[in-house]
Amino acid sequence: MGTSHRIEIVVNGQLRVCETAGRTSLADLLRDDLHLTGTHLGCEHGVCGCCTVLFDGEPVRSCIILAAQADGHEVTTIEGVGERWGAAAGVGAEGPACAGAEGPARAGAEGPARAGAGGAAPGAGLSPVQEAFCQAHALQCGYCTPGMVLAVHALLAANPAPARADIDDALGGNICRCTGYVQIREAVELAARQYRSLAEPPDGGR
Amino acid sequence: MAAGDGSRRWASRPARIREDRRFVTGRGRYVADITPPGILHVGLVTSPHAHARIVSIDPAGALELDGVACVLTGAELAKVTEPLRQYLPLPAVQWRPLAVEEARYAGEWVAAVVASSRAVAEDAAELVSVDYQPLDAVLDPEQALGEGAPLVHAALGSNVLAHREFSWGDVAGDFARAGSVSRVRVRWNRSSTVPLETFGVVASWDDDARLLDVWASVQMPQFPEQLARALRLPGNQVRVHFDVDVGGSYGVKRGIKHAVLAGYLSTLLHAPVKLIEDRAENMHGGDFHGPDRIFDVELACTAGGDFTSIRIAVIDDEGAFPGRSPLQLAKPIGAIVGPYRIGSAAYTATAVATNKTGQVAVRGFGQAPTNYAIECAVDAAARTLGMDRLAIRRRNFIAPGEFPYRIPSGTEYDSGDYPAVLDKLTGIAGTPGRPGLQALEQRRDELREAGKLAGIGVATCLEPSGGNAIFENVMNPANDKTTFPEGCRLRVDADGAVTAIVSIASAGQGHETMVATLVAEELGRDPDSIRVIRADSLAGMPSQSPVGSRMTIVLGEAVRGAAAELKRKLRRIGAHNLGVGVDQVCYHDGSVAARSGRSLGWAELADIALRKQHRMPPGEQPGLEVVHVAHTPRSGHLAGPDGSVQIYPCYSFEAHLVLAAVDPETGEVNLDRYLIAHDCGTVINPASVRGMVFGGTAHGIGVALYEQFAFSEDGQPLTQSFMDYLLPSIHEVPQITETGHCTPSPFTTLGQKGAGEAGYMGAPAAVASAVNDALAARDAGPVLSLPIRPADVWLALGGASP
Repeated sequence: MGTSHRIEIVVNGQLRVCETAGRTSLADLLRDDLHLTGTHLGCEHGVCGCCTVLFDGEPVRSCIILAAQADGHEVTTIEGVGERWGAAAGVGAEGPACAGAEGPARAGAEGPARAGAGGAAPGAGLSPVQEAFCQAHALQCGYCTPGMVLAVHALLAANPAPARADIDDALGGNICRCTGYVQIREAVELAARQYRSLAEPPDGGR
Repeated sequence: MAAGDGSRRWASRPARIREDRRFVTGRGRYVADITPPGILHVGLVTSPHAHARIVSIDPAGALELDGVACVLTGAELAKVTEPLRQYLPLPAVQWRPLAVEEARYAGEWVAAVVASSRAVAEDAAELVSVDYQPLDAVLDPEQALGEGAPLVHAALGSNVLAHREFSWGDVAGDFARAGSVSRVRVRWNRSSTVPLETFGVVASWDDDARLLDVWASVQMPQFPEQLARALRLPGNQVRVHFDVDVGGSYGVKRGIKHAVLAGYLSTLLHAPVKLIEDRAENMHGGDFHGPDRIFDVELACTAGGDFTSIRIAVIDDEGAFPGRSPLQLAKPIGAIVGPYRIGSAAYTATAVATNKTGQVAVRGFGQAPTNYAIECAVDAAARTLGMDRLAIRRRNFIAPGEFPYRIPSGTEYDSGDYPAVLDKLTGIAGTPGRPGLQALEQRRDELREAGKLAGIGVATCLEPSGGNAIFENVMNPANDKTTFPEGCRLRVDADGAVTAIVSIASAGQGHETMVATLVAEELGRDPDSIRVIRADSLAGMPSQSPVGSRMTIVLGEAVRGAAAELKRKLRRIGAHNLGVGVDQVCYHDGSVAARSGRSLGWAELADIALRKQHRMPPGEQPGLEVVHVAHTPRSGHLAGPDGSVQIYPCYSFEAHLVLAAVDPETGEVNLDRYLIAHDCGTVINPASVRGMVFGGTAHGIGVALYEQFAFSEDGQPLTQSFMDYLLPSIHEVPQITETGHCTPSPFTTLGQKGAGEAGYMGAPAAVASAVNDALAARDAGPVLSLPIRPADVWLALGGASP
C-alpha cells in the first residue's frame, strides 16, 4: 500500500484532517473518506472531466491529482456550491426556460416559489449556475453535471460576460454524452446574465 | 418543439424537469455511491489474448495479499450458475460471466478477485497467474464467414450465429423493370454509446431472509428474471432496486454478467459485493459494443426517379457472444423502406461471431446503421440520376394522406407529414434576405472561396418507437413472446395526495417529470402535487424498462388505464353520495358532479374512500389504489412465416441539414451549421425532447467522424481509453438549430411518439452526406465507411486529384 500521509485540506470551507495512502487520488479521498459522492469518476485518466473540482479556485481533474498533493490547499466540490453561492439564488426564473419554449417555465412563472411533491422550490439553495442548469435543462443523467457546474463557476469568476467561444473553451475538458451541449451553452449564458444582473460574480472558490 | 393541438393543460408546455435539481447539487444516487457496511470489492483478471485455451489458473499469489477474501474462476462459477440468456437457438454457445476453458477475446474476464478495497482487489488480480495456450483468432467478419476460418466457438462448427432471408413483394420483377439501380456497399464500424458512468452493481445476500438485494446501473428488459435464473434462485429471492440513478445508458447498460458474478459472490461470501468497471474494463470486456456492420444496398428506380424496390444485405459482427444483439438485425424490418414509398423489399441478415467483446443493444437497436445505409443508397440514386438530393426524397416520401401506411414487410406506419417537416427544416436554414437553402448554399460557397472544401448533407429518416420485442420471434420462431408490458400504480391517500408508482430505473430520461405530467393530464390534477416513486422488482409491476423509445407510449397507456379505473371508482363513490346513478355523474378535475350541479370534491372523495365505510357504496373496496399493466400498442401478434409483422406502433420522423467544411490539407471536418426538424407527435415535455434530439445528434456526429473501437490484426484493442476512443466534446458539436412539427399518433393516449433515439437516427447519414458532397465538388469520394477519419478524406482526395 506504500506510504501514508497526514494531510490538511480545506474542503468546502471546512478544515479536514485525513490519513491517506500515497497512491490515493483526490477523487477517491473525497468520495470514499469524506463521503462527498457528488464528485463522479468517468474515466480515471483525466479526459472526461466528470471529477472536476475547484482547487484553490481553479478547475482540476481530481482523478489525476493525488490526495497528498492537496495538503494545505482549498478544494470546492459540488456539495460546496450551494452553500457558497446559493444565497444569491432564488431570484426567480428569468424568461423562457429555453430558446424555442413558448412561454415562461411553469414552475418559475407561478411567482413566489412553492414546494410540492415535485421537489423543492425553484432556485432555493442553488447557485445561479445550478439554477440556470435547471432552467435550461442543461443535463439528462446528471453524471457530468457536477464537474460542468464547477467549471462554469470558474469561467464566470474569470469572465462574467463570456462569448460563445469562451464557453466552449472553458468546457472543452468536460464531456457530456447526453445533451449535445446546446442547452449547456444556453445555461451558461443564462447564468452569466443572472450574475451580471446581480452584479456579484462568483469568486471562483477563492 | 411543436406543442400539439393545445388542448392539454400540462403536456407540451414548458416545464422544469423535476429530477434536475438533485443532479445539479451532486445528490444523484448512482450505484458507485451505494456502500453498505462491510462491503467487498471485485477486481477482474482479464485475458490478454484474443483467443486462447486457459491451461491453468493459480490464485496463490493473490490469496497471500492482506484483505483478499477469495479468487473465483470461470470453471468454479459455471458449476453453480446457469449460462447467461441468449435469444438464438445456439446451445453450443455458452455465454458466462467468467471464461470457461477458453478465452474468446482480449479483455474477457477469466477470474474475479474479491477484497476489502478496490485497490487491493486490483493489486491481487495482477498476482493471479494464468497459463494460456494461444489459439488462432478471427477479427474480420467476412473472413470469419470463409472456409477454414478459425472458429470462435468450435462446438458450433461455424462462425454464423444467425442467417435470415426475407423478401416481400415482387422484388425480382421490380428490379428487372427498373430504369436504374443504384448500388452501394457501406461500412458502419464498431462503436457504442459509451456512457460516462461505467457499469456498476452492488449485490447483497441476506441468508436469513434468503433474499438477494441488487442495485445496478441498469437499463435492461428482464434483468431481474435473468439474474434469478442464472443464479438458480426463484424470482422472488432477487430484489432489484430501481431507485438508482443511471449515469447514461442509451441502450447499453445491460450488465447481466456483472450482476450474476457479483450476486453469486455475495451469496458465497455472505457480504455485500460491489463491482464497478473501470474505463478500460468497460471498453474491452464489458460486452457493451454496438453494431459493426457491412451493408450492400441496391435501390431500384424508374428513369424519373421513383423508387420501386430495395434490397439490403447486412453482415453484423457480433463479437464473441451473441446475447441480445443479433435481434438488432430484425428490428429495422419495421422501417426497412425508410420514409419512402417503395413497393417491394428484400432483406438478408447474417450475424457473425469474431474474437471481440460482445455487442449489446445500442440506441435505436440497429435502426441508425440501417438508416445510414438506406440514405447512402438514396444519395447514390440522386447522383446516378442527376437529381437534387432533397427533390428525390420529396418525390418518394409517403404522402400525408396515405397513413396509416403499410410497408412491404408488414408494418403499418401510424402517421406522418414528411413534406411539412422538410419544409420547416429548409425554413430554418434561411437567414434574413436569404430564404431557405440559399443561405446554406451561400455559406458553402464562402467556405469554398476561402479554400475549404464544403458540402451540404441531408438525411430524412424514421425513429420506430413504442418498443416491443417481436423481433425475438422474427429471428427465432421458438421465441413466441408477444407482449412487452409496462405498469403503473396510482395511489391516493386519505387527504388526497397522489402518488404514481412505476418500476423502472432511469438514465436521464426524466421519467418522474414525464409520469407526473401524464397523470396530471388524466386526472386533471397539478403535476407539482403528484409524487412519483420507483418500486423495486418485487414490489412493483411488470416492466420491460425504458428501451425502444417506448416510455411515453407504453407508460402513457398504463397511466391512462390506471387513471380510468380510479376515476370510475370515484364516480361510483360520488354517485352513491349524491344519490344518483353512476351514469348520472361525471368526473372533472378531481370532482364528481351530478347534472343537478351538486358535486363532491377531491378531498371529500378521498376521505370517504379511505376513512368512511358508511358512505361507501356497498361492496366497494376501501382505498384508492389501482394498478394497470398495459401492453405495447399494436402488439400481440406473432410474425408471419415470411417475417412480416407489425414491429413498433409509432414512427417519429426527422430531417437533417448539415454544412460541413473540410480542410483539404489535413482532411479535418468541421461542422459549420447543423439544422434538424423533428416530429415525435405530441410532445410531453419540450425541454426533454429538445435535449434528446440534441444529444442523439451529437452522438451521431461522433459515430460519423470520431468514434470507433479499433483492433490490431491479432485482436488487441487499440482504443483503450478516451485518448483513443473520441467522444465529441463541446468543440466538435456545433450549435444545433431545431424545429418541431406535430403529427399525432392515432395509437397513443395523447398522440405522442418516441423521442429517445432522436437525432441519432439521421445524424450519421447527414454528416456523411455533407462530407461526401464536399468531396464530390473535387470529383472525389464518396467515402462510404464510418467514422470518416481525416485520413479517409485525405486518401479520397489524393486518389482523385493529381
